[in-house]
Amino acid sequence: MYPIVKKEKLSDKIFLMVVKAPRVAAGCLPGQFIIVKIDEEGERIPLTICDYDRAEGTITIVFQTVGASTERMALLNEGDAFADFVGPLGQPSELCLEEDLEETKKKNIVFIAGGVGTAPVYPQVKWLKEHGVKTTVIIGARSKDILFYEDEMRAVADELYLATDDGSYGFHGNGCQQLQALVDSGKKYDHCVAIGPMIMMKFVCLLTKELGIPTVVSMNPIMVDGTGMCGACRLVVGDEVKFACVDGPEFDGHLVDFDQAMARAKQYKTEEGRALLKQQEGDTHHGGCGHCGGDK
Amino acid sequence: MGDVLVRVPISEQDPKVRATNFEEVCLGYTEEEAVEEAGRCLNCKKPMCVGGCPVSINIPAFIEQVKERNFERAYEIISESSALPAVCGRVCPQESQCEGKCIRGIKGEAVAIGKLERFVADWARENGIKPKNTSTPNGHKVAVIGSGPSGLTAAGDLAKLGYDVTVFEALHEMGGVLVYGIPEFRLPKDKVVKAEVENVKALGVKFEKNVIIGRSITIDELMEKEGFEAVFIGSGAGLPMFMHIPGEQANGVFSANEYLTRNNLMKAFKEGYDTPIARGKKVVVVGGGNVAMDAARTALRLGAEVHVVYRRSEAELPARAEEVHHAKEEGVIFDLLQNPVEILVNEEGSVRGCRVIKMELGEPDASGRRRPVEIPGSEYEIECDTVIMSLGTSPNPLISSTTVGLETNKKGCLIATEQGATTKDAVFAGGDAVTGAATVILAMGAGKTAAAAIDEYFKTK
Ligand SMILES: Cc1cc2nc3c(=O)[nH]c(=O)nc-3n(C[C@H](O)[C@H](O)[C@H](O)COP(=O)(O)OP(=O)(O)OC[C@H]3O[C@@H](n4cnc5c(N)ncnc54)[C@H](O)[C@@H]3O)c2cc1C
Ligand SMILES: Cc1cc2nc3c(=O)[nH]c(=O)nc-3n(C[C@H](O)[C@H](O)[C@H](O)COP(=O)(O)OP(=O)(O)OC[C@H]3O[C@@H](n4cnc5c(N)ncnc54)[C@H](O)[C@@H]3O)c2cc1C
Ligand code: SF4
Ligand code: SF4
Ligand code: FES
Repeated sequence: MYPIVKKEKLSDKIFLMVVKAPRVAAGCLPGQFIIVKIDEEGERIPLTICDYDRAEGTITIVFQTVGASTERMALLNEGDAFADFVGPLGQPSELCLEEDLEETKKKNIVFIAGGVGTAPVYPQVKWLKEHGVKTTVIIGARSKDILFYEDEMRAVADELYLATDDGSYGFHGNGCQQLQALVDSGKKYDHCVAIGPMIMMKFVCLLTKELGIPTVVSMNPIMVDGTGMCGACRLVVGDEVKFACVDGPEFDGHLVDFDQAMARAKQYKTEEGRALLKQQEGDTHHGGCGHCGGDK
Repeated sequence: MGDVLVRVPISEQDPKVRATNFEEVCLGYTEEEAVEEAGRCLNCKKPMCVGGCPVSINIPAFIEQVKERNFERAYEIISESSALPAVCGRVCPQESQCEGKCIRGIKGEAVAIGKLERFVADWARENGIKPKNTSTPNGHKVAVIGSGPSGLTAAGDLAKLGYDVTVFEALHEMGGVLVYGIPEFRLPKDKVVKAEVENVKALGVKFEKNVIIGRSITIDELMEKEGFEAVFIGSGAGLPMFMHIPGEQANGVFSANEYLTRNNLMKAFKEGYDTPIARGKKVVVVGGGNVAMDAARTALRLGAEVHVVYRRSEAELPARAEEVHHAKEEGVIFDLLQNPVEILVNEEGSVRGCRVIKMELGEPDASGRRRPVEIPGSEYEIECDTVIMSLGTSPNPLISSTTVGLETNKKGCLIATEQGATTKDAVFAGGDAVTGAATVILAMGAGKTAAAAIDEYFKTK
């Protein structure tokens, strides 16, 4: 079992957990992810590693409740434990490799985080800070009350810009518009990392292509095993089919087929909708009212 | 007493009933039936059957004990050679192995060796009999990677020789393909696979799940930091292949591995489990092997009309005859001598059908089977909402790419000698990781040989 040593509510639907998993903490790097399973009946849920403490043997995860499994996860508390917690999975971020540090130092790097994507951006920025690399970070959110990690990010980023769609805090607009504004004001970037909802990454990539800034995105398709065994996570990148769990999750954003990836993410929409309704309605759920499409 | 040329029949669930449930198809022999079938064995002086078994079970000796109703002794004889008899008795391609060589098979039907093996193993489990480990610990630590048949066998044999063995498994359950691939209705998970894993545990083997070698820790680190002096790699061949035809990324196209993993490992078919599976109304399964049969019969049980599309004819189907027969009885439809050329997609990005071309058989190819050739202009469309690709698998490069000095051939298989020695000192390998996708018993045979080679390695070190 993998005990939860700390739980924190970061915003309405976003939770942070610190989990004891010494084998994962021993060797993980920014950009990698884990798969967690609540109990015998649970799904395998992929989540990015947001921080790690090698001495304590812990991993920090941050997740947003979107469906039945993440809702169920949010009910767990300090002292509870996950049945399974496996990782680190995937390739580390290319920026966070000691071998290439000298090259990385020469770059002007801008990170754009959208929504819960702030969490996976954090360990990369932190790692770069610890290795003497300067970064600019843009955090975009719908509104002020779902922004999180502001102080943590400020401590590690050289420049931090906050943007809200409704203008309730920081720049009035989304992350793309903030980037455009910075470029218009004369800032120069030669490397961009965008992590967030697929639709946001798609638009960042359209913009950076125009601006000529190479861009890396972190893809989060549906996964099962996370080891290359099932092919559920396949994506079209350039003219190749890639498995996000072993070849990624980070890819050249200008080559990713986002429309296909977004269509694939909807694969289990009705099935999952049913699972969620069933959970919310508990014993009163019978599949007959038609809300969920019926049990069959 | 029946006709000695004919097998004692075995009871099975009625095809109509079983097509709607995940309970085991074959119900197994009763004591009386087993003793009667054992009576058909001639106890040959030079038993041909033993030569057909990759782990050389002393078949006439165990059958003799069944005849005498000494089931416990029969189990001990099997256990000398096999760690997973309840599994092999169920899934070995016996017709081309032990039973294929049985002398009884010349004039009549071969002795039902597999079914008798299964009977003995089930009897032992039901009567609480466990294999014993009488060795004294020798203090040497060996790591086994993967808990499939090859890993379990190597681990069990090494423990019986006194080694301190730990099995590292990437998934959250032990058993490899036995838990994620082969369905419940052919191989019950709790009753059979878990129990056989428990037997290996009873020999003193330690198991650690959720450890991915090459990611969580590397082989070099296991040896340098955790004190393992030798390693056996039994990581299987889990990487699924696709056809690379248009439409293959559409929603509703699955690898057989994904479909079966959702259903078997994640138990999507069971009430109360969170993992979803696309049930499908009309399902096309592409391929003709055991894996294709398992995917087809699973989709059928989930309520779909199922078509197996295979490019050669019935005679070339690589699946076991028994599986094809069972699939047909249950209502799976075989569309033979056809091959998909495109998957048709609707505006939401989901499968709406398959464009298929008809084939005819030409000259034999390198494998000796007649090569399928497309018939120009014969294309037509099959309507369906789900396509399951069952085209074979290859070994995962995760371990070879993260271990210094471990070499693979151009198919991605680990290079190893007959004894299982890889190109890296103190590292051995066997099973599907070396041969590519094969069978349970060949993987067990490889695990067994490698365990002996590892013991030899320590003795001569
Ligand atoms: C490599 C990787 C890293 C990830 N890191 C994080 C993270 O750090 N924090 C976090 O909150 N989430 C992360 N995700 C997404 C997370 O795994 C999903 O949100 C989660 O699995 C949804 O489970 P659920 O059962 O609660 O929702 P579901 O009921 O499965 O889904 C609810 C809705 O979300 C959509 N959906 C399903 N799967 C995904 C997915 N993988 N991504 C986006 N939408 C999806 C479905 O279409 C559905 O409409 C990551 C995913 C991957 C593959
Ligand atoms: C659907 C299906 C049906 C089949 N039906 C039959 C049948 O009827 N009869 C028959 O004889 N054969 C059958 N086979 C083939 C048979 O199951 C395999 O040949 C056999 O399981 C191979 O055993 P193995 O030990 O080499 O590998 P596997 O059983 O594949 O086990 C390998 C294990 O290693 C683990 N692993 C992989 N990489 C790592 C890593 N990096 N770190 C840690 N662990 C790792 C995997 O998770 C897995 O658990 C079938 C196969 C499938 C897929
Ligand atoms: S292990 Fe397989 S091949 Fe050997 S005797 Fe048993 S069924 Fe036959
Ligand atoms: S070959 Fe057949 S008859 Fe002879 S010992 Fe083996 S099982 Fe018995
Ligand atoms: S999640 Fe199964 S192959 Fe990537």
